[in-house]
Amino acid sequence: MIQRNLPVLIPLVFLFASLVVSGFGIWKRQLAYPVALFATALAFGVALFGLQHVLTVGSISYRLGGWSPPIGIEYVLDPLAAFFTVVIVGIALLVLLHARIVVERELPERSVAYYAVSMLFLTGLSGIIITGDLFNLYVFVEIASLSGYALVAVGEKQAPVAAFRYLLVGTIGASFYLLGLCFIYLESGSLNMADVAKILPALHSKPTVVVGVLLIVVGMGIKMALFPMHGWLPDAYTYAASTSSALLAPIGTKVAAYVLVRVLFFGFGVEYVRTELPIADVISWLSAAGIIFGSVMAMAQLEMKRMLAYSSIAQIGYVGLGIGLASPLGFIGAVLHVLNHALMKSCLFLVAANVRTSIGHSTIPSFDDSLRRQMPWTMAAFSVAALSMIGIPPMAGFFSKWYLALAGIEQSQWVFVAVILASSLLNAVYFFRVWERVYLRRPVEKHPVVHSESRIESREVRPSMLVPTTVLAIGILAMGLLNALVVELIIRKAIPPGL
Amino acid sequence: MIDFVIGHYGYWFVIALLTIGLWGMLAKKNLVKKLIGMNIFQASVIMFYIASTTKWNATVPIIDPAVGSADATHYINPLPHTLMLTAIVVSVATTGVAFALLIMIYRRFKTLDEPTLLERMK
Amino acid sequence: MSPAETYQSVVPLFAVLVSLVVVPLILVSAQRPNLRESWTIGASLAKFGLVASLLPHALAGRTAEVRLLEISPGIDFALRADPFGVFFALVASGLWVFTSFYSIGYVRGLNEHKQTRYFASFAVCLSATVGVAFAANVLTFVVFYEVLTVATYPLVIHKETPEAISGGRKYLAYTLTAGVLLIAATAWTYQVVGDLDFRAGGLLEGKSASVETVRGLFLLFILGVGVKAAIMPLHSWLPTAMVAPTPVSALLHAVAVVKAGVFGVVRVVGFVFGPSAMSAFGLSTILAIFAGATIIIASLLALSEDNLKRRLAYSTIGHLSYVVLGTALLTPASFAGGVLHIANHAAMKITLFFCAGAIYVNLHKENVSELDGIGRAMPWTMGAFTLAAAGLAGVPPVNGFVSKWYLGLGAIEADAQLPLVVLLLGGLLSAGYLIPIVYRAFFRPMAGEKGTREASALMVVPLVLTATLSVALGLAPNLFVHLHDLAMNISRSVIDGGTP
Repeated sequence: MIQRNLPVLIPLVFLFASLVVSGFGIWKRQLAYPVALFATALAFGVALFGLQHVLTVGSISYRLGGWSPPIGIEYVLDPLAAFFTVVIVGIALLVLLHARIVVERELPERSVAYYAVSMLFLTGLSGIIITGDLFNLYVFVEIASLSGYALVAVGEKQAPVAAFRYLLVGTIGASFYLLGLCFIYLESGSLNMADVAKILPALHSKPTVVVGVLLIVVGMGIKMALFPMHGWLPDAYTYAASTSSALLAPIGTKVAAYVLVRVLFFGFGVEYVRTELPIADVISWLSAAGIIFGSVMAMAQLEMKRMLAYSSIAQIGYVGLGIGLASPLGFIGAVLHVLNHALMKSCLFLVAANVRTSIGHSTIPSFDDSLRRQMPWTMAAFSVAALSMIGIPPMAGFFSKWYLALAGIEQSQWVFVAVILASSLLNAVYFFRVWERVYLRRPVEKHPVVHSESRIESREVRPSMLVPTTVLAIGILAMGLLNALVVELIIRKAIPPGL
Repeated sequence: MIDFVIGHYGYWFVIALLTIGLWGMLAKKNLVKKLIGMNIFQASVIMFYIASTTKWNATVPIIDPAVGSADATHYINPLPHTLMLTAIVVSVATTGVAFALLIMIYRRFKTLDEPTLLERMK
Repeated sequence: MSPAETYQSVVPLFAVLVSLVVVPLILVSAQRPNLRESWTIGASLAKFGLVASLLPHALAGRTAEVRLLEISPGIDFALRADPFGVFFALVASGLWVFTSFYSIGYVRGLNEHKQTRYFASFAVCLSATVGVAFAANVLTFVVFYEVLTVATYPLVIHKETPEAISGGRKYLAYTLTAGVLLIAATAWTYQVVGDLDFRAGGLLEGKSASVETVRGLFLLFILGVGVKAAIMPLHSWLPTAMVAPTPVSALLHAVAVVKAGVFGVVRVVGFVFGPSAMSAFGLSTILAIFAGATIIIASLLALSEDNLKRRLAYSTIGHLSYVVLGTALLTPASFAGGVLHIANHAAMKITLFFCAGAIYVNLHKENVSELDGIGRAMPWTMGAFTLAAAGLAGVPPVNGFVSKWYLGLGAIEADAQLPLVVLLLGGLLSAGYLIPIVYRAFFRPMAGEKGTREASALMVVPLVLTATLSVALGLAPNLFVHLHDLAMNISRSVIDGGTP
């Protein structure tokens, strides 16, 4: 009984939680955090259960309101959706575990609103993943985006400006999607993804369909910050509150990539995007350009969060590249990188949040080795995540690059192989910059007193922040060693038909 | 050719709106004007849906005994209209959030003019 | 010879892990140096014991294997103690024992900072090295190879002076780039062959691949492993990395890093491409030319270097290419000579570096021109130095002679005159840059105060032992661990193909 309802439960839990958080929050402010945390934990449990069920029994389809598709809205939990929900809710859970002290410090008066909005954000993200209806997807995209704007807006002084820009650009993206959807709907007469997939092959050559596909790709490209549509991202991630960026960066853009996979491979069909309308090629070339651009820009940044933001643009390029290669190996690489990058980037943003909590800022040129002595564990987590970003085996990051490189070689796309490998070295440069300062630079002494190691007081953050950070770091290593399991058990089952 | 132009006048109107909206968002310096541009842009998409369901010699999708229910072509497709109801709600919500942001920006920087704002953000 | 057989055993895994599990122990014992160092010593002895326990099996042609888990669909994370792996692991773990004792004397003698980090990184390096030795397939090899790269970095920058930091940058720039190329080569091989297991006689043997593919793969592989093997022109990180403490240089040069590089070259030539592909596509000639040029140029550069450690560094670059040259000649004798030279050069070069370190700790002298008369102050140290220098020049009965003998034999077998000339010239040049040091030490009058002042026993005993070992291995190449027989087995299995 409950199994049949699994798909709808996850967004519902979050939606309900956002109401309860605001309700309880008005009554007692302290209650907001535990409620939000509990809801996320509950949703994570449901997501895990769903994944287990999908893998052992099979995909679940839920008919909203009892109407059968294609008339009614269908929610589908298939292996791909189940995998994405687990990743997203799992990361959100760890970030929320970490959030309490950061929220108290950075958003003292607005904690209730913050938790309520983050619940709404997760409603949107999980809804996007689970829905099988193209218009319903738009609604969830907007739920996630609107709460995303709000999450960005609470932050530093400049945050509202960044959020407003994000809102303008995000709305353009969503409207393009909506416009594209109209073309598809006009031709196919259906909004159900599975239904559209059946109808569309006969209509592939129609100009209306082509325009529709292009508009949808551009719209989602904006949402996933695909180069050159990434302009909104660096400011938004930099000025947002630390915990907001930790929530947005690892999972926000990934969901847009998910939509791209869904719509392109499941909706329009693999053959179509690969040969008839070579949109996949365009995506992979843009992604490759984005990888290089993001990495180079990251090298030039002085602020750690901004550096990580540019790095996100590069990393979403890996996902885009995998999608664009449109082969099983590329798909595996892209989907695995969603998980790996979510782990790495959330770990890095949590590190940035820890540093900010501890020393009040995260400006790279001011880092020195007192940071390492004060926060040894945080910096150890940073090292692990950075090594993984560079792609040192056996860290997780290596393996997504491995699959992407295999995919590139398979199709003799040497440029992409070169880009993937070169970006490793670029990553090494910008992470090494931080690393060298943190571990090797002597602090400029204000008082000419020689400090012995033992006299440096520890300013390591509290366990509630440290534990999620280290769990993520351990997760990076574990995912590296166990990646074949994930690939064999989950991702292979999620490969779209025809790929 | 002329028939094509005249026959699709609704779409030309939509395209004009879309362009005006985009131009407003990109070119205007004042943030409120940008927001207005965004609203025009969203409205154009909504209009596009509505225009696309236009049907001559058909009526509202409520079964009329005079028309009967045998031939569905005599009724307008109601779905795009309902979809657009949702889209309008989304657009209103977006505008609301945007205004909230603008108020925050104005309180902090005492301006909504983009060049001045960029100056004060440093 | 019994046919090659494989048996399941976790010994290779333990051999890799033993130095990794002591890392946390080293870290928590940071405040108690004696306890901390005893972990290092214990781990090094245990590691050597574990590796040595694999030796009888390897000699009997039995290969221990352990498959851990899949790290990529179709590719296992697997360790295999084949004869060549055992050979290299024996060299590395055996010399680590000496280095451990020596390190303690060195860092305490200089009162170095951050000793905990130093010993911990050392242990990780050794784990990675033995992992490189036992890697059963190219992907596992890459994993350990990259770990080795990263783990060595803290040792290179140990002094944390601006010079050390820039040396470290250069080191990372070279080795990470090489790592990336190696990964590309691995992925490509997998796409071409569908299999990555090392196989004596070549993984590509009998597989259809176009000339361009094989040449491209070879280029990527050699660039990937050639940086650590310091084949010119990929060598320039090595002299810069000389800013590291001397035991680290000893480790870099004799035990782990560069030897992992030449080990990689031999693996690539003998176990990935195989002799027939190597000669059929003209790859061996190219490799031999580069190796030969490296021997001559590096030796010439060594002549003009005044800093003792940098002179030794160029000497290392030259001698690594002996191994590469032996491999590239592809005859049974030259291949065996190359493999043997991995061990022989390691024993000699570690002695030389130990001596350089002892001189530095004791007298704070780094340059060749300052060494006048120190043979009288440090007779044991300089005695050991003399033996090792003679060995590198190829004077019997030191072990350098043995490997050079086989290399020369191989060159004659291959009917190649030029390599023979290079080998002879290389020997002369080795004498040319090392013997003057001996001459200065013993026959020039000493400046300053007289009298015997040896370094601490923790340093002198290991270096005397390694020098003795060099001579012993020269007199009886099969002594203790049957390195000679192992090398012959390896060579036969690769060159003749199939079972040893």
